[in-house]
Amino acid sequence: MKTENQKAWFFVLPVLALVAFNALIPMMTVVNYSVQETFGDNVFFWQGLDWFQQILRSDRFHAALGRQFLFTFLILIIEVPLGIAIALSMPRKGFWVPVCLVLMALPMLIPWNVVGAMWNIFTLPDIGLLGYFLNHVLGISYDMTQDPVAAWVTIVTMDVWHWTSLVVLLAYAGLVSIPDAYYQAAKIDGATNWAVFRFIQLPKMKTVLTIAILLRFMDSFNIYTEPFVLTGGGPGNSTTLLSIDLVKIALGQFDLGPAAAMSLIYFAITLLVSWLFYTLMTKDDLN
Amino acid sequence: MAKITLSKLRHSYLSTPKSDSDYALKEIDLDWTDGGAYALLGPSGCGKSTLLNIISGLLVPSEGKILFDGKDVTALPPDQRNIAQVFQFPVIYDTMSVYDNLAFPLRNRGRDEAVVHERVMAIAEMLEVTGMLDQKAAGLSPDNKQKISMGRGLVREDVNVVMFDEPLTVIDPHLKWKLRSKLKELHQRVKATMIYVTHDQTEALTFADQVVVMQLGEVVQIGTPVELFERPAHTFVGHFIGSPGMNILPCELQGGTAYFGGQPVALEGPVQGAAQGQTEIGIRPEFVTLSDSGLPATVTKVSDIGRHTVVECEAAGQRINAITEGAAPAKGSAVHLAFRQDMTRLYVDGWLATVPAAGTPAAIEGVA
Repeated sequence: MKTENQKAWFFVLPVLALVAFNALIPMMTVVNYSVQETFGDNVFFWQGLDWFQQILRSDRFHAALGRQFLFTFLILIIEVPLGIAIALSMPRKGFWVPVCLVLMALPMLIPWNVVGAMWNIFTLPDIGLLGYFLNHVLGISYDMTQDPVAAWVTIVTMDVWHWTSLVVLLAYAGLVSIPDAYYQAAKIDGATNWAVFRFIQLPKMKTVLTIAILLRFMDSFNIYTEPFVLTGGGPGNSTTLLSIDLVKIALGQFDLGPAAAMSLIYFAITLLVSWLFYTLMTKDDLN
Repeated sequence: MAKITLSKLRHSYLSTPKSDSDYALKEIDLDWTDGGAYALLGPSGCGKSTLLNIISGLLVPSEGKILFDGKDVTALPPDQRNIAQVFQFPVIYDTMSVYDNLAFPLRNRGRDEAVVHERVMAIAEMLEVTGMLDQKAAGLSPDNKQKISMGRGLVREDVNVVMFDEPLTVIDPHLKWKLRSKLKELHQRVKATMIYVTHDQTEALTFADQVVVMQLGEVVQIGTPVELFERPAHTFVGHFIGSPGMNILPCELQGGTAYFGGQPVALEGPVQGAAQGQTEIGIRPEFVTLSDSGLPATVTKVSDIGRHTVVECEAAGQRINAITEGAAPAKGSAVHLAFRQDMTRLYVDGWLATVPAAGTPAAIEGVA
């Protein structure tokens, strides 16, 4: 016999209220701004989809979006293989396992604005350890406040330093879950190290790597604090990623309408790419 | 195909073993003849998997040698020993098709694609998996996965020995029978030496021509299933094989006669050796009958297990099982037990000490 009553609502309502206050209401506020114009004083004028059209047609948005995709592409193409390589070379048992794990977790424990500040000081040409070493010892001209290429190298290196560990830890978790019998069978079958990687380790890591890539995509696509503290989007606009540009429009120029439209487009792109990627990666498992 | 010789093999997982108990394997000397079907039987932790891994080359023994056809292979890695091993949990390469899985060991050895195709088709036909060759291996049921991992072992035509490490553990009971008879059939067709490790006596006795029983890192007895059943060389074998196992009864030996509970018990024949130490009578429940005279006992439990009934009795503080075909006495009733004389053995410190009486078929067989 099923008991029918309305008690379940008591369990669901707090969650609904929480989600409403931390996600739904702010999100609807943004939607509200994105279709109106305001000059303050709580006076609004209906704009329809004008802001969306304006953003989608603006060169400035295209440039920032391009930089954003380039940044995400660069860090993924470095962090994923590097993370797998480090995970593969980590010990599976013994004294060094916890040591390696703690060392790997350290960069991720540092607050994001501290990471930005650290790398800023680290790379300053005259006083930073790395900056000074490159310029005055090796004689390589390097100044991320002047040179866009140097600025890019620095933000990418910083992100690799900060987040490769996440890929390492997830890949490592996938690796240690492979039973010994697989390696033994591969040995008996005469498989090369490459074949072991290609046909045992990589397939067994697929699920965790999907999660790792997804997390790294979303995080890097929405990155703000570290590059903002490190380069502030400069020199010029060379490292102005989408989020930095968004903040400039919203808080610098106080164009709330276009900024709201831009956030919604930004959100839609993140969601779309994540969904596409996840669907493609898990397609085989469903069949 | 090869004859495998284990010579003075010892292995310890510790780097500096001090006493005998530090060894997972204690001094093993064994010959596996070419083309034989062997089972390695023993309880968990007796060292059978260690022994298997040493033969396959996954482990290097602390002491001793392994010879394949007289050639020392102790230091050779697994892929150069030309052996095959099937593991407890089916190992398959998820991303490959069934065909590619079977072809994998051959392709790794650089065989011609035409040869690969011929071998894969032959093995697939033997295992009855021809219909699934194009499927992805990841989607197979556990028994088919296990078949594929067996197939990867058998696909190399020159394989020296195929080893099975408890291969039916994850298989559904109704499929176990099928796979077990498949294995037996495969052995007859490919004629490779096969070693089957298990703790399940039914699996061991149905598969093997020769069963090697191990306990605590030692080989206790090697024999045919019938020998293990009828003349266990050690009380452990008597107890481990059989359902229920052999009755082991402490006894006193006086002037060549065994006394249990004050009653003399007729043994199969004379006792060999000094017979000093702990003496025990061993008799299988199959050879204990309920009769009008003999050892007085009380029935403590009666279990009907279908084909026959196991009657658990108590006599002189010891539990004795008897197997009867007919009507069983009620619990608590007083009965008399008779032991079939030619099946009553005496064990000294666990080891068989009696020999069949002169003139009996068993004695003649033993001489021949």
